[in-house]
Amino acid sequence: MKVVPFGIAAAPRSTLPLLVLGAIALAIGWGLYTSGLGADILRYKKDIVYLVKQHLLLVGISGSAAIVSGVALGVWLSRPSMGRYAEGVIQAVNMATSIPTLGKLALMMSLLGIGALPAIVGLWIATLLPIIRNTYEGIRAVPEHLLDAARGMGMGPRAVLARVELPNALFVIFAGVRTAMAVNVGTAPIAFLIGGGGLGELIFTGIDLQEHGMMLAGAIPTALLAVAVDFLFGQAQYWLVPRGVNPLRNS
Amino acid sequence: MIRLESLTKVYATAQGPHTAVDRVSFEVGDGETCVLLGPSGCGKTTTLRMINRLVAPTSGKIVIASRDTDTVDPVQLRRTIGYVIQQIGLFPNMTVAENIGVVPRLLGWDLAKRRRRAEELLAMLALEPAQFLDRYPNELSGGQAQRIGVARALAADPPVLLMDEPFGALDPVNREAIQAEFLRMQRKLRKTVLFVSHDIDEAVKMADRIAIFRAGRLVQFAAPDTMLAHPADDFVASFVGIDRTLKRLRLICVREVMVEAGGEAVAMNGPHVKPDDDLRRVATLFLEHGVGELACVEHGRIVGRITRAAVAARLGGAAQR
Repeated sequence: MKVVPFGIAAAPRSTLPLLVLGAIALAIGWGLYTSGLGADILRYKKDIVYLVKQHLLLVGISGSAAIVSGVALGVWLSRPSMGRYAEGVIQAVNMATSIPTLGKLALMMSLLGIGALPAIVGLWIATLLPIIRNTYEGIRAVPEHLLDAARGMGMGPRAVLARVELPNALFVIFAGVRTAMAVNVGTAPIAFLIGGGGLGELIFTGIDLQEHGMMLAGAIPTALLAVAVDFLFGQAQYWLVPRGVNPLRNS
Repeated sequence: MIRLESLTKVYATAQGPHTAVDRVSFEVGDGETCVLLGPSGCGKTTTLRMINRLVAPTSGKIVIASRDTDTVDPVQLRRTIGYVIQQIGLFPNMTVAENIGVVPRLLGWDLAKRRRRAEELLAMLALEPAQFLDRYPNELSGGQAQRIGVARALAADPPVLLMDEPFGALDPVNREAIQAEFLRMQRKLRKTVLFVSHDIDEAVKMADRIAIFRAGRLVQFAAPDTMLAHPADDFVASFVGIDRTLKRLRLICVREVMVEAGGEAVAMNGPHVKPDDDLRRVATLFLEHGVGELACVEHGRIVGRITRAAVAARLGGAAQR
């Protein structure tokens, strides 16, 4: 599993991607400035600030709930006592993952009405599923002989989970979290459509009114937010996973 | 001291009950190394794993240091028994120091004490502590990893060591080296060791007693020399190999067989042996030079003579040790 590092910590290996991105950003900035769109966008400064806060709340609440519950459920499913049920549940999770997020949000709307709550619940479910799957697979991939050695030395089941299974699965779990959070931030704008607020308001209203400035005022912060979130989790993955099981830190 | 009394393990399979271990009984004294030997599927590993209760016996008793292991909580029991497996099983998420400190940590030792113990064990295994303590398992060679696996098993200073084909994953050169190192360590530490192997040569080298298994039954339990000299049945005879007499040669040294004599200085040109050489050297020289007698030399002086007849008498007579 080759993972391309993206983050300052990986910068020494290749600064080229960052340079390319920087050049693109400059080009976009220049384009906006000269076309006058830049001024249009800045007209919505107050809205941007307010909606970014709302967006962050949506992402933050649904995201952290998904991480906590996803890892917990993934661990629970990986327990030997879950046996064959686990496989069935994971199949269901896989199928649910393929339902488009808009569909999930629509389902939430019919169950919970409109507003922030169904949006958060819908986003929570969408973010949850990849995390459950990665946690389950990550723990199941820990080699059997390590568990044998751990038990043979006198570790109880909780110690085996905390000291051997989770640390060895941590890299894969983080990969799942990063993917899930990317999905989360990227689809949070849709929350607007069921009354959940967030930057989607600027994007969709801008589309409806054919106001490019408004649309970009919503789209650009969303994009920047996605990059920032991925960067943060990338750093967490780099620093928090022990060096011995972290392919990004192998010297 | 470990005693197995009629230890049995029966598995329920789709084809009916399968007896993996059938009423096995034997006793290993304090400080002794007992090798559980036999072909694949003979029950030797299952027997080993019943001692630290990774497998629950169907019936029978295991007594360690006068305590029936049934009366002890399995997890607590395992913390008093060192365990080394073939795949080594060092935890990749922990440094060497943390790996070695696993059982001490479970037993509540503080960090300083754990680190000191790790340094002590690495030094004993001729691995420079400053270099190895903070390395991760993926930065170790196979031989280094296996030594650290043994260090980890010894960390809490358990009286008993269970080893399941521990050197099987190493290349022959490394294996010879680590076997010799282990024997040297055993002479100092005198742990009670149960060692599973499928290699008769390894068993002969390492064991004070060999327990040879077949289809779940203990067929013979004896010292290596006895088993080689007097195999209990055809199975044992074929397992130890038709060259079993030659295998016995490494177990006997010249000192035991020579007739003391002389004292005169000798020129070092003819073939000769030293008192601590084993009989393999003697046999090799007998064959290479076509002689029937050799001088045993120490510090440039003859201290004894060894003859073919004496060797034959020693081999044919009652096995010692």
